Amino acid sequence: MPSYTAPTKDMQFVLHDVLKASQAQVPGYDELDESFTAAVLEEAGKLASDVLFPLNAVGDTEGCHFENGVVRTPKGFKEAFELVKEGGWTALDCDPEYGGQGLPYLMAIAISEILASSNMAFNMYQGLTHGAYSAIHAHGSDEQKAKYLPNMVSCQWTGTMNLTEPHCGTDLGLMRTKAVPQADGSYKITGQKIFISAGDHDLSENVIHLVLAKIPGGPDGIKGVSLFIVPKFMVNEDGSLGDRNGVSVGKIEEKMGIHGNATCVMNYDEATGYLLGEAHKGMRAMFTMMNEARLGVGLQGYSQAELAYQNALAYAKDRLQGRDVTGVKNPEGPADPLIVHPDIRRNLMDQKSFVEGARAFTLWGAHLIDQAHLNDDKAADGLVSLLTPVIKGFLTDKGFEMAIQAQQIYGGHGYIEEWGMSQYARDARITMIYEGANGVQALDLVGRKLAQDGGKHVMAFFSLVTDFIKETKGRSETFDAQFREPLKAASKDLQAAGMFFMQNGMKNPNAALSGSYDFMHMFGHVCLGLMWAKMAVAAEDALKNGASDAAFYETKLKTGAYYMARQLPATKTHLARIESGADPVMSLDADQF
Amino acid sequence: MKVLVPVKRVIDYNVKVRVKADGSGVDLANVKMSMNPFDEIAVEEAIRLKEAGKADEIVVVSIGVKQAQETLRTALAMGADRAILVVAADDVHTDIEPLAVAKILKAVIDAEAPGLVIAGKQAIDNDMNATGQMLAALTGWSQATFASEVGIDGDHAVVTREVDGGLQTIKVKLPAIITADLRLNEPRYASLPNIMKAKKKPLDEKTAADYGVDVTPRLTVVKTSEPPVRQAGIKVGSVDELVAKLKEAGAL
Ligand SMILES: Cc1cc2nc3c(=O)[nH]c(=O)nc-3n(C[C@H](O)[C@H](O)[C@H](O)COP(=O)(O)OP(=O)(O)OC[C@H]3O[C@@H](n4cnc5c(N)ncnc54)[C@H](O)[C@@H]3O)c2cc1C
Ligand SMILES: Cc1cc2nc3c(=O)[nH]c(=O)nc-3n(C[C@H](O)[C@H](O)[C@H](O)COP(=O)(O)OP(=O)(O)OC[C@H]3O[C@@H](n4cnc5c(N)ncnc54)[C@H](O)[C@@H]3O)c2cc1C
Repeated sequence: MPSYTAPTKDMQFVLHDVLKASQAQVPGYDELDESFTAAVLEEAGKLASDVLFPLNAVGDTEGCHFENGVVRTPKGFKEAFELVKEGGWTALDCDPEYGGQGLPYLMAIAISEILASSNMAFNMYQGLTHGAYSAIHAHGSDEQKAKYLPNMVSCQWTGTMNLTEPHCGTDLGLMRTKAVPQADGSYKITGQKIFISAGDHDLSENVIHLVLAKIPGGPDGIKGVSLFIVPKFMVNEDGSLGDRNGVSVGKIEEKMGIHGNATCVMNYDEATGYLLGEAHKGMRAMFTMMNEARLGVGLQGYSQAELAYQNALAYAKDRLQGRDVTGVKNPEGPADPLIVHPDIRRNLMDQKSFVEGARAFTLWGAHLIDQAHLNDDKAADGLVSLLTPVIKGFLTDKGFEMAIQAQQIYGGHGYIEEWGMSQYARDARITMIYEGANGVQALDLVGRKLAQDGGKHVMAFFSLVTDFIKETKGRSETFDAQFREPLKAASKDLQAAGMFFMQNGMKNPNAALSGSYDFMHMFGHVCLGLMWAKMAVAAEDALKNGASDAAFYETKLKTGAYYMARQLPATKTHLARIESGADPVMSLDADQF
Repeated sequence: MKVLVPVKRVIDYNVKVRVKADGSGVDLANVKMSMNPFDEIAVEEAIRLKEAGKADEIVVVSIGVKQAQETLRTALAMGADRAILVVAADDVHTDIEPLAVAKILKAVIDAEAPGLVIAGKQAIDNDMNATGQMLAALTGWSQATFASEVGIDGDHAVVTREVDGGLQTIKVKLPAIITADLRLNEPRYASLPNIMKAKKKPLDEKTAADYGVDVTPRLTVVKTSEPPVRQAGIKVGSVDELVAKLKEAGAL
């Protein structure tokens, strides 16, 4: 039977030893002392292990059902949703003015990992509501905020994001859904949206759809897109629910994973909508939440790797198969446990070093978002915009790959549904596609983010790494050899790739875009390398200060050393591919394929 | 009425317990520790009494190492009002024996004058099942152990007990000591707002010496060992064969 335990100790390590959260000069961070964050993580972990995780397999096998125009979620989801709501978990980082708990986003992300690992499909109902909450909070009028936010903070009403249409996903400029202005200031929305996560369900009494649509006569393409609030049930002046609006579910999709989350075709038939923010500025409104939404998907990617890893590790210790080539380890048994084999170790170390690095990277990203929002720190904002496509693209690609590796440890049993591993890989797969497919993340990174503000942010990233390398000079011989030197080399590769794009990208954009995917991965490796070097510093310091749990910190150092030795050198291959330019990629004519 | 609930910090029920190499006990260094599950039930029952208007203050007490603070915070987050930590050991491996715990609790009772004590029936680490009973003896109060249902009726408590033959309902005079069994209730999850509030609830720190109690162990642990590994079973073909095998094994 698979299981899940929240990795609270590893999370505490990142929050306190590495990020030193309670000392950071960010409003609200002084609340985050060790015992408080431990209590919050533990309690969320309890709910995740006892309630949400047992429903993960139920959601997968039962799925959602669409009958007589009504979407029904899997058995047990409703009761669990009530528990999550009652616990106040949906309101964690929301504005206290609307009933939120006002904790930093950093803490919300730590909790999100726990909820996503234990049941990703379930957690999306709340996750999408949070996205819609953020959009209304940032761009809504006072009246709109008062009308919608309190019930969205509590998840009494849930939210959705409606971008995709049958003929447009990446290229939203092709959008056809239209919004016709009415005399009373509202709009009539007509069109079809597809793939809408949590589009309809039986967990809440109302659904607040955020819909992108075009106002006729506005600018062409992406510049003419506006954002609208379209409630499933109209909301009366006194806050009570009125008539059903003109929005309905056409069908729900049969899909590879996240079966517990309803993916809906939504039909808008002169539905009443209210403009959110300014007309034709819909994409700008979406962009303000883009960093958060994409960081959230990157998190989903590694959260599935964490879940898969926990189970693969237990299996590797349990399953007896073959003998240790250096000498029998389990003389009483007919064979040794899988974990004795070097190839199994390689596999487990890949997973462990990835997940722990990914967690640090994501929490660092959340910390930057807090700095950007709460301290109005422009440099942090620029840096996190740069890193967002890396967090999204790299962590989801690797998250899926690691889930597959974890599945491999189970041998044939990994392919059999009852062991759970198949589900984790299937669930992880979507994270590479939605919220901007990973190829488009790479395009965003190389085509937009690198040159943004005159390349200021990427330069800031390089100085951050260089400064760290300088500051840690002479720390210890092992640190130098195992962490500092490899990081230096990898960061040099990344700079060389950046240089190649600068020299060739202008005259031949294909030269840059043929290497964009490699660049995203390379950047991801350097970020995880940086995270591991920082974690190594924290672990060394803790050991020096006589930490009671020496074994824990030694494990960190060894896991980090593995990443630096075995994963980070991938930057060399990526650099070679990038420097080979557009030719090998583009030399065939389309009809030569 | 004030309700006093003693809570113990024990090895988490999900942790696979490992015996220390020297056999002196189980390894508790750096393993996950949590509130004893029976104590969680006791805290829950106290909160339900308060919600039903039968109690007005819940004081939780833990006796042990400093880290038991975390356990007390959990109880405060569930809904207890105030906590007392009695630091009686430095090493996480030191277990305070039931008699010493009962004596300290007696002293706490003298200071706090609760109308009711609800304890867990036993701690899942040493399974002593003794503290509540000893405390009843020391205070001279009535006791109702292994409770699966608790009602307060004026100056009496009506308690349904889980006994070998089934259920037994008794009426005891207050103040009394009740010990909670597994089926008494299902403890709630602490909510985030309550975890935040718990940070600000009072937690007093005392020592065993403050109560004049000597916690020096009276029992000696001779040896701790892993339970023997279960031997594989065999299938028998008939009742006769079963009887023969049982005789062979000396079981009949
Ligand atoms: C389960 C699920 C849930 C979803 N939930 C939501 C939701 O809640 N709300 C919502 O609005 N949408 C949702 N989506 C839609 C999702 O965001 C889109 O599928 C995604 O953005 C890709 O769009 P598309 O499917 O039209 O693919 P396309 O845009 O057709 O892209 C196909 C491929 O081409 C690549 N590509 C496209 N353009 C370029 C380019 N210029 N350069 C290089 N490569 C390119 C992409 O990387 C991709 O690999 C969901 C989808 C699924 C499957
Ligand atoms: C759909 C399906 C169809 C199948 N069809 C057939 C069939 O028709 N006939 C048949 O006989 N079998 C069949 N199998 C079984 C399949 O061949 C086995 O699952 C496979 O050989 C692996 O064995 P295992 O599952 O016991 O995994 P294990 O042997 O337990 O291996 C688990 C993991 O440990 C690794 N490992 C094991 N030993 C070592 C070692 N010494 N060193 C390093 N790593 C090691 C493996 O690489 C693997 O990743 C099928 C399985 C499936 C899922």
